[in-house]
Amino acid sequence: MNRFLAFVKKEFFHILRDRRTLLILFGMPLVMVALFGFALTNEIKNAKIALLDFDHGLHSQQITNRLLSSGYFRLVENVRSYEGIEATFRRGEVRLVVVFPPNFSNDYVHGQQAQVQLLADASEQNTAISLTNYATNIIQGYANEQNPSGSQPVAQINVEPRMVFNPELKGAFVFVPGVMAMVLLLVSALMTSVTIAREKETGTMEVLMVSPLTQPQILFGKVLPYLLLSFLNGCLIIALGVFLLGIPLNGSLALLLVETLLFIFLALSIGILISTIADTQLVAMFASLLIMLMPTIFLSGFIFPIESMPAPLQIISNVIPAKYFISIVKGIMIKGVGLGNLWKETLVLIGMSGVFTAISLRNLKSRLS
Amino acid sequence: MDAIVIERISKSFGETKAVNDVSMSVKTGELFGLIGPDGAGKTTLFKILVTLLRPDAGQATVAGFDVVKDYRRLRTMIGYMPGRFSLYPDLSVEENLTFFATVFGTTISANYNLIRDIYVQLEPFKNRRAGALSGGMKQKLALCCALIHKPDVLFLDEPTTGVDAVSRKEFWEMLQRLKIHGLTMLVSTPYMDEANQCDRIALMQTGQILAIDTPTGVEQLFDKPLFAVKATETYQLIQDLRRAPFTETCYAFGEYLHLTTHAGVTPETVNRYLIMHQHQHSEVKPIQAGIEDSFMALMQHG
Repeated sequence: MNRFLAFVKKEFFHILRDRRTLLILFGMPLVMVALFGFALTNEIKNAKIALLDFDHGLHSQQITNRLLSSGYFRLVENVRSYEGIEATFRRGEVRLVVVFPPNFSNDYVHGQQAQVQLLADASEQNTAISLTNYATNIIQGYANEQNPSGSQPVAQINVEPRMVFNPELKGAFVFVPGVMAMVLLLVSALMTSVTIAREKETGTMEVLMVSPLTQPQILFGKVLPYLLLSFLNGCLIIALGVFLLGIPLNGSLALLLVETLLFIFLALSIGILISTIADTQLVAMFASLLIMLMPTIFLSGFIFPIESMPAPLQIISNVIPAKYFISIVKGIMIKGVGLGNLWKETLVLIGMSGVFTAISLRNLKSRLS
Repeated sequence: MDAIVIERISKSFGETKAVNDVSMSVKTGELFGLIGPDGAGKTTLFKILVTLLRPDAGQATVAGFDVVKDYRRLRTMIGYMPGRFSLYPDLSVEENLTFFATVFGTTISANYNLIRDIYVQLEPFKNRRAGALSGGMKQKLALCCALIHKPDVLFLDEPTTGVDAVSRKEFWEMLQRLKIHGLTMLVSTPYMDEANQCDRIALMQTGQILAIDTPTGVEQLFDKPLFAVKATETYQLIQDLRRAPFTETCYAFGEYLHLTTHAGVTPETVNRYLIMHQHQHSEVKPIQAGIEDSFMALMQHG
C-alpha cells in the first residue's frame, strides 16, 4: 500500500510540475465552455420583431405594448398576411413574428382559451430560444395579472412558439454535456495513455517492472490522480454551465456526479487500453485523438444531430461512449429525469467500461514481450 | 554458491538470434564484466536475467531463483540499471531516491551505508531536478536508486556509455568499493579498456560467448607473436603490412598498429620488410597482448 501511495504521489508531481499538462487539465475546459457558451448565449436587446395582428383588439394592443416596452424587442414591421411572414424572415432582419389570430381579444374575454403564435427564425437557434422564452414570459405575465390569484380564472392565453428553419432545435443545450464528454475523454484517456507511454519511452517502465510493483499497481497508480483531476474537471464544467451559462439543473446532482464518475472510469479504461498497445507518446496521442476525439466530436451528436446522419454513421454512433453520456447529462440537467429513464444508457456505459477493462487486463504483461 | 547461473539460454527476435545458446556463471561477490560490441546480445541477456524477457530456451537462476518461475520474488532482490538514463527528470534527486526506496519497501536511511560514498557527491544537489544534472551525476543517481534496496545482485547495463573518461574511471572505483558489501555485480560494456577492472570477464559477440576468464587469462589466450608498429605513413604502412608474407592480422590501435604474425617472426624480419618498402622513422616492438587483441583474435576464429 505504501509503495502504491508513493507511486500516486510521484504521479501528482509529474502532473503538477508540467505546465502543459496543467494547462490542458484546467485551461481547456474553461476555454471550451467559454467559447461554446458565449457563442451560444447572445444577450438580447432590441431584437427586431414584426407583428401580424388579425385581431386589432384591446388585448392584442396591450400585449404588443408590453412586449415593446420590455426593452428586448423593437417593432420594425407590420405584416399583413401569413404569406408576408416568410418574406419578412428571408430579408433576415426580423428575428421574431408575433401573430394574434382573429378574435383574439374576444376569445380571451369570453372563451377559456386564446392563442398567440410566436414564429422565430431558428437559423440562429439560440437567439430563437431566448426570444421566444422572453416573449412567452411577458405574455404569460400579462395573462396572470389579468387573472389575480384567488379569483375565478376567466381565460388563459396559450402561447404557441414555432421555430422556422430548424423546428426541432437540435443541439441547443447539447454543448455543455458535449464539452464535458470531450474534456473528460481528453484528460482521462489521452493524458493517461500518454503518461504511461512516456514511462515506456524513457525506460523508467523497465525499472518499475523490475521492482516489487505489480503491473495493475502501476496502472492504477497512473490512473488514480487522473480520476481525481477529471472528476474535479467535471464538477468545474457543471458549475460553469449552471452558474455562468444558466443551464438548468433540473435533475439530481448526485446522480449526475455518479454518472460523470462512471464516464471518467470508462474513459480511463480506454486510456489504459491504448497504453497497453502504444509504446510511444506520439502513437498514444494519435490513437487517442483518432479513435476518441474525432468520433466524439462528429458522431456523438455533440455538433451534428445523429438523426440527420447517413445510416452507416448512425450505426457507428452507437459505439461512441460520449453519445450515451451526452444523453444522460441532457436527461438529468435539462429534462430532469432520473435513473428510471436513463438506465439503458447507464448500462451501456457500465458494459463498455467492463469490456475495455477486461481487454486491458488481458493485454497486461509482467514482462516486455 | 554461484550468484548467477546461465544454462544454454537462447532468445530470438524474428530471424535474429540475439542470444544463442549461452552458458556461464557468476560467483557470489564477483564483479563480472560482459564485454562486447553493440549488438552482441548483452542487453538481451540482461533483460532475461532481470526477468524482463522470457528466454526461448534454456534456464537461468539469479541468487538461486529461476528467472522465469520465481520472477516476482527475484524482483525484490535484484538491482537493475538500464543503459538509458531511466529516472524521472522532473523529480528532484532526493525525490527520485525516496520514490525507489519506498517502492522497494525501504527507506534511504535504512541502507544509507551502502550508498553513502556515492550519495555524498549528490547531496549538494539533492533539491535539483534530476533532468538538470550532468551526465556523470545522473549516472551516480541511477546507481544510488538501483542500490537503495540493498540488492543481492546488481545488473548494470552499459553504465559508462556516453559518460566522460573521468566519470567512467570514478564509476569503476565506486563499483570496486561496493565489493566490500559482498554485492555480486554484472556489468556490461563495449569498452574493452574497462575489462581490467573486473574480476572475470566474458567476451560476447553475435549472441555467443567467445571466452570467459580473468582479464589476465583472456590476454594469455593470445598465443602468437604480437608487435606494435609505427611509421610516418600510417595508411601505407597498414596496406603494406597486410600484404606481408608473415602477417596474420594487422589493426590500427591508437598511434600504433598491432601486427600479429606467424610463429617465429622477429622484429628484425618486420623491420627489414619496412625498409624494403621505404617506410621512414619506423618502429617495431614486441608487446604483450591486451584484451582487445585477444578479442580480435577470438572474433577471427569465431
